[in-house]
Amino acid sequence: MADKRCSGKFPFCWCENENRVWFFQYAACNYPTAELFTVIVLFRQIQQEIPLEIFLGEYLPIAVFFAIAIGLSAAFVLSAFVLGNQRPDDEKMAAYECGFDAFDDSRRQFDVRFYLVAILFIIFDLEVAFLFPWAVTLGGIGLFGFWSMMLFLAVLTVGFIYEWKKGALEWE
Amino acid sequence: MAFELADILPALPEIILSAVALVLVLVAAYGGDGAANARRVAHLTLAGIVLAAIALLSMTSAQSTAFGGMFRADAFADYMKLLVLMGSFAAVFMSVTPLERDDINKPEFSLLVILALVGMMLMISANDLMSLYMAVELQSLPLYVVAAMRTNSLRSSEAGLKYFLLGALSSGMLLYGASLVYGFAGTTSFAGIAAAVSETDLPAGFIIGMVFMITGIAFKVSAAPFHMWTPDVYEGSPSPVTALFAIAPKVAAIALMLRLTYGAFGSIALEWSQVIMALSVASIVVGALGAIMQKDIKRMMAYSSIAHMGYALAGLAAGTHEGAFGVMIYMTSYVFMGAGTFAIILLMRRDGQSATRIADLRGLSKTQPLFALGLMVMMFSMAGIPPLAGFFGKWYVFLAAVNAGLVPLAVIGVVMSVVGAFYYLRIIKIMYFEDSEAPLDQDVPLANKLVLGVSMAVILLFFAGLNSIMDAANTATMALMAPF
Repeated sequence: MADKRCSGKFPFCWCENENRVWFFQYAACNYPTAELFTVIVLFRQIQQEIPLEIFLGEYLPIAVFFAIAIGLSAAFVLSAFVLGNQRPDDEKMAAYECGFDAFDDSRRQFDVRFYLVAILFIIFDLEVAFLFPWAVTLGGIGLFGFWSMMLFLAVLTVGFIYEWKKGALEWE
Repeated sequence: MAFELADILPALPEIILSAVALVLVLVAAYGGDGAANARRVAHLTLAGIVLAAIALLSMTSAQSTAFGGMFRADAFADYMKLLVLMGSFAAVFMSVTPLERDDINKPEFSLLVILALVGMMLMISANDLMSLYMAVELQSLPLYVVAAMRTNSLRSSEAGLKYFLLGALSSGMLLYGASLVYGFAGTTSFAGIAAAVSETDLPAGFIIGMVFMITGIAFKVSAAPFHMWTPDVYEGSPSPVTALFAIAPKVAAIALMLRLTYGAFGSIALEWSQVIMALSVASIVVGALGAIMQKDIKRMMAYSSIAHMGYALAGLAAGTHEGAFGVMIYMTSYVFMGAGTFAIILLMRRDGQSATRIADLRGLSKTQPLFALGLMVMMFSMAGIPPLAGFFGKWYVFLAAVNAGLVPLAVIGVVMSVVGAFYYLRIIKIMYFEDSEAPLDQDVPLANKLVLGVSMAVILLFFAGLNSIMDAANTATMALMAPF
C-alpha cells in the first residue's frame, strides 16, 4: 500500500492502488501508517477491479432519479400544506380505507378480512407488475414469451377460481 | 428465445406434480368441504405421487440440467427424490383416517402437501441460488399452513405461528447469505460459485455468506442450536402433519445441504466442515439429552430427529465421498424409521381422542402385540442396534468421520448414541413391562398396517439388500461430486 493515493471526504473516501480502488466507509484515509490503517478497515472494504470513474458513473442515473423523486414529493406535500384549504372536522379526520386507526393501541380487535383483501390485492398487483415488462418486450420474446405468460396467467386463474369459490371475495 | 423440450424435460416429475396440484385446487374448490372430498383429494394426491415416481424411475439418471441450468437432474437427485416421494406418500396415506377422526376434513391438506413436495424436489435439484431460494420457500409456505391445520386448537395455531416466524427468520438468513455469496462470487449458479473461489483466494465476506446460508438450511433440518422450534411444532401440529414433518422435509433439506456444500462450496471443504462439525456435535448432544425428560412421544420424536440430523451431519462434516455416501445411507434408514414409528403414533388414541403421552403406550404388548413388536423394531433401529437399518446408517457416517480424521466427533457421537439408547429402550420397557388400566383404541386403519409392515420389512431386511442400496448410494454420491 506504499503508493496509495487517497481522495474524498468524510464519510466517503477511496484509495487507488495499482488498478484497484478501495472504498472505505470511514474517513481513515489520512491515518499515519498504512499498515495500521489496513488492519482497522479490514472489514469495511470493498475491492473493485474497475476504474473509479466507471464505477461511480454507473450510479449517476440512480442519483438523478433520487433527486427528482425527493424534489417532486417534497413539492407535492409542501404545496398541499401551503395552497390547500384546511378545515378539519371529525369525519375528515376519521380513519378510512384501512378501516382502523394506524396509530393506536395494538391490542385491540380488528377484522381479519382486511388482511385477506390485502393479500389478494398483492397477488394481482404482482401479476400486473409482471405483465407490464412482458407487454413492452413482447415483440422481442416471441411466441415462447407469449405462452410463458399465458401459462403463468392460467395458474393464477386457477387460484382465482379457488378463492372466488371459497367466498374470499365476499365481504358479508 | 425459442422453446426447447429438452430444457424442461428433466423436471418431468415436478411438472407432473405441479399439474396434479393445479387440478386438485379446482377439485378442492368445487368438491365442497366434507370428508368425502378430503378423501378424494388425498387419493388423487397419492396417485400423483405414484405418477411422479414412475416418471422419475423411467427417466435416465444421467446428469442433465433444465430451466437454463437452474435445475440439475442426476443420480443423486433421483435417489433423494425417491426417498422424499416415498416419505410423503406414507405421510399422506396414513393421514386420511386420523384427520377424519379428528374432524379435520380439509381437502387442502393433501393439496398443500403436494405443493410442499414439489418444493422439496426442487430443493434436491437446485443448481442455482435463485432456484434454491424459490424451492425452499415453496417447501416452507405450505408446511406453515398445515402445521396450523387444526384451527380450533390453540397449540396447533401456536405451532403454525412459531414455525412461520422461525422459518421466516431462517429464510432471511439464507437470503442474506446468498446475497453475500453472490456479491463475492459474481454469479448465482453453483458451478460459477465453485469456480470463483478456492482455498487460497477466499474473501472474508464470502465465508460469512456461506456460514449464513448453512445456518439458514440448519434451521430447516432443525440442527442445534437452531432447533428451538422443533419440539413445539411437532407437539402442537396434528399428528399426521407431524409425521410428514418428521419424514420428508428433513431429507430434502439434508439433500440441499449436500448440494450446496459439495457442489457450490466443494472447493473449500475445509471452511464449511468446521461449521457442520459444530452443528453436528450440538445436535447430537441436544437431541440425546433433551429427549430424556420428555413425556409426550411427539416431543420425544422431535428431539430424536434433532439427534438423527446431528448424526447425518457428522457424515457431511467429513466432506469426503465416503461422508456423503454415509449421509445417504443414514437418510434412507431415517425415512423408514420415521414412517414406521409414526404409523404407530398415529394409532395412539383413547376413546376417539388422540393420546400421545409416552405413558399411554403402557401394556401395548398385551393389547396389540404386533404393533408393540413393530415399535420395538423401530426403537432398536433408532438406537442403532445391529443388524437393523439404523445401525448401518450410524456405521457409515462414523466410519467416514473417523477416516476423515474427525475422531473426537465420532467418539461424541457413539457416546451420545448410548445416552439416546436409554429413551428408546424406555419405550420398549413401558410397552412390555408396564400394565395399563385403559388400553388404546383397537381399530386400526389399513394404511397404518401397510406402512408399518413395509417399514418393518425394510428395516429388518436392510442388511440383505445392503449391496443394492450401497450401489445406488454410491452412484448417487459420484453424481453429487461430479463436475458441473
